[in-house]
Amino acid sequence: MADRYQGPRRARLATAGARAAVESVFGEQPRGDRISGMVFRALMLLALATALVMLTSLIIYSAWRGWGRLDLDMITEKPSRIRPEQAGYGPALVGSIYMIVGVIVLVVPVGVGAAVYLEEYAKKDRWYNRLIELNIQNLAGVPSIVFGILGLAFIARGPIGLGLVVATGSITLALLVLPTVIIAAREAIRAVPSSIREGSLALGATQWQTISRQVLPAAAPGILTGVILAVARAMGEAAPLLLVGAAGFTPFLPVLFDGQYSALPVQIYRNAVEPREEFQTLAFAGVILMLAVLLAMNSFAVWLRNRYERRW
Amino acid sequence: MTTNSPDAPAGGRTSVEAALKPASGAQRAARETVFELRNVSVFYGRQKAVNDVSMDIYRNTITALIGPSGCGKSTLLRSLNRMNDLIPGARVEGKVLYQGADVYSPQVNPVQVRKKIGMVFQRPNPFPKSIYDNVAFGPRTVGMKGDMDEIVERALRGAALWDDVKDRLKDNAYGMSGGQQQRLCIARAIATEPDVILMDEPCSALDPVSTGRIEDLMLQLKERFTIVVVTHNMQQAARVSDMTAFLMVQVGADEHSRWGELVEYDETNKIFTNPSDERTDNYISGRIG
Repeated sequence: MADRYQGPRRARLATAGARAAVESVFGEQPRGDRISGMVFRALMLLALATALVMLTSLIIYSAWRGWGRLDLDMITEKPSRIRPEQAGYGPALVGSIYMIVGVIVLVVPVGVGAAVYLEEYAKKDRWYNRLIELNIQNLAGVPSIVFGILGLAFIARGPIGLGLVVATGSITLALLVLPTVIIAAREAIRAVPSSIREGSLALGATQWQTISRQVLPAAAPGILTGVILAVARAMGEAAPLLLVGAAGFTPFLPVLFDGQYSALPVQIYRNAVEPREEFQTLAFAGVILMLAVLLAMNSFAVWLRNRYERRW
Repeated sequence: MTTNSPDAPAGGRTSVEAALKPASGAQRAARETVFELRNVSVFYGRQKAVNDVSMDIYRNTITALIGPSGCGKSTLLRSLNRMNDLIPGARVEGKVLYQGADVYSPQVNPVQVRKKIGMVFQRPNPFPKSIYDNVAFGPRTVGMKGDMDEIVERALRGAALWDDVKDRLKDNAYGMSGGQQQRLCIARAIATEPDVILMDEPCSALDPVSTGRIEDLMLQLKERFTIVVVTHNMQQAARVSDMTAFLMVQVGADEHSRWGELVEYDETNKIFTNPSDERTDNYISGRIG
C-alpha cells in the first residue's frame, strides 16, 4: 500500500518545479539582456530630456525677451499701434476668456451627448453609425483654417449671420474642438467596465439612470481631461479667428453679440509683426501671459478632477 | 397545477403588472412555482446556445444549475430576468413564465422584470462609490419609500456584512476584500426587496472561507427569497441547493455548432445519489466534463 501513496513524491516534484521557476526569475541575467535594457532606458530618457529642454528653453527665452514688459499694464492696458511701451493685452485677454467659457458651454453638452449616443445607444452594425464615427475621426484632423472659413460662411454671414463678434469666434472654436472632445469622451465612457452597467441594470435601473448615475460619474475625470486639452487647443488657435474677425488693435472690451473683439494669440501675432523693438518685447510678454492662463486653467481642471475622484 | 396566480392569466398589461407584484402571504403554499420554463431556447444570432429547456422553479428554494463549461447555464440564468436583452442578437424562444406572466411578452418592460428578479454576478462588481451609496443606489433608482439609512442597514444585515462595515459606510467599496465585495453585491441586490435572486457563479472568484460565508448566507436568504444559482462547483450545489438541474453540451451533426441541453432536473439529493440519467451519473462522479 505504501508505495502507491504518491503524496511526498508529488510534493517534492512541486517544490522542485517552484524552485526552478523562482530561479529563472531572480537568477543572474544574461549579459546581453542587461546591456540592451540599459540602452533602451537611456534612449527613453533622451526622448524625455529632449521634450523638457525644448519646453524650458521656450519659456526661458520668452521670459528673457519679454522681461521688460512683464508688468501689470501688460495685462490691463489696451493695445496701441503708436505707443507700444504702454500698450497691453486687456481686450485680448478678456476676449480669450469669453471664448474659453463659450467653448466649454457649447462643447461639453454637445460633445458628451454625442459620445453617449455613439457609445451607449448607437447600434454598431448600422452603416450610418459607422459613417458618423468615421467622419468624426476625420473632422478631428481637418486644418483649423478650414473651420475658420466655415465660421465665416455660416456663422458670421450666411444662415446664422451673427457678424464678426466674439460669439462667432466662440462657436467657430467650439466646432473646431468638438470632434476631439467627442473622441476623448467616448474613450472615457468606453473605459467604464460593462460590469458596472450590468450591475446597475440588474437592480432595475433604466438605461438612462444607468448612464446618468453610474457611467457618466465614473467617466467624468476622463471626460474632463479631454475637455481641458481641447479648450487649451482652442485658446491657442489664431488661424480660424483671423477669418472670423478677431481684430488686431481693438481698444474696446468685447460684447458677446456686438462689436469688435480680439484674442491673445491674434494680438501676439499682430504685435510680433510690427517692426519696432518695443512690440517684439510685448509679443514675448504675451506668450508668457498666455502660458500662465493655460497653466491656471489646467491646474483648476486637475483640482476639479481630484475633488471628483475623492468623492468615491 | 403550476400556475399560482389564477387571477393573472398570461398576457395583457394589467395581468403582468399584477403578477409582478409580490405574492401575498396566503399564496405562499408549499412548493409554489415561481418560474415555469416551457421549451426555452436561447440564440446568439444564428447560433443556438440553449435548446428546449422546460423546468419549474419553486419559491423559497435554492435551485442550482450545474454542467460543464459552455453548456449554457449562465445563458439560461440570464434569460430569466432578460439580461440577455443587453447582448446584441440574443433571442429567446419558448415561454418563460414568472408567476404565470410571460417575461418576454411585448407589454412587459424589462426594467420592471429586473426590479423583481435581482442578480449577483460572477465577479464582484461594486459601483465606484461608497459602501452606503452602493446599497442605496437600487432603492433610490426604483424610488423606494422610507428612511434610506434603515433600508441600507437592513440590507447590509441581511447580507451578514453590517458588523464588518458599519464604521466605514462612507469608504469606497473598492477598498473591501473580494468576499466582502461579493456580499456587498448581495446586499445591493436584496436592498430593493426583489422576489428572486439569480446568482451567476457567485463564488468562482473567491477563496474557500469567503465561499463558505456566501453559502451560509444563501441558506439564510432562501427563507425570504427564491434563489437560482449557476455553479461550476458540484460540492457547492450539493451543499446548498434543494433542486439541481444538470445541463450538457450537445454537438451538432456538422461538428461546429454546439448548444446546451437540460439532461436532468430533480431534487438535489436524488441527482447526487441516484440520478436517472447515465450522463448525470458520469458527470457528478467525475468521469466526464
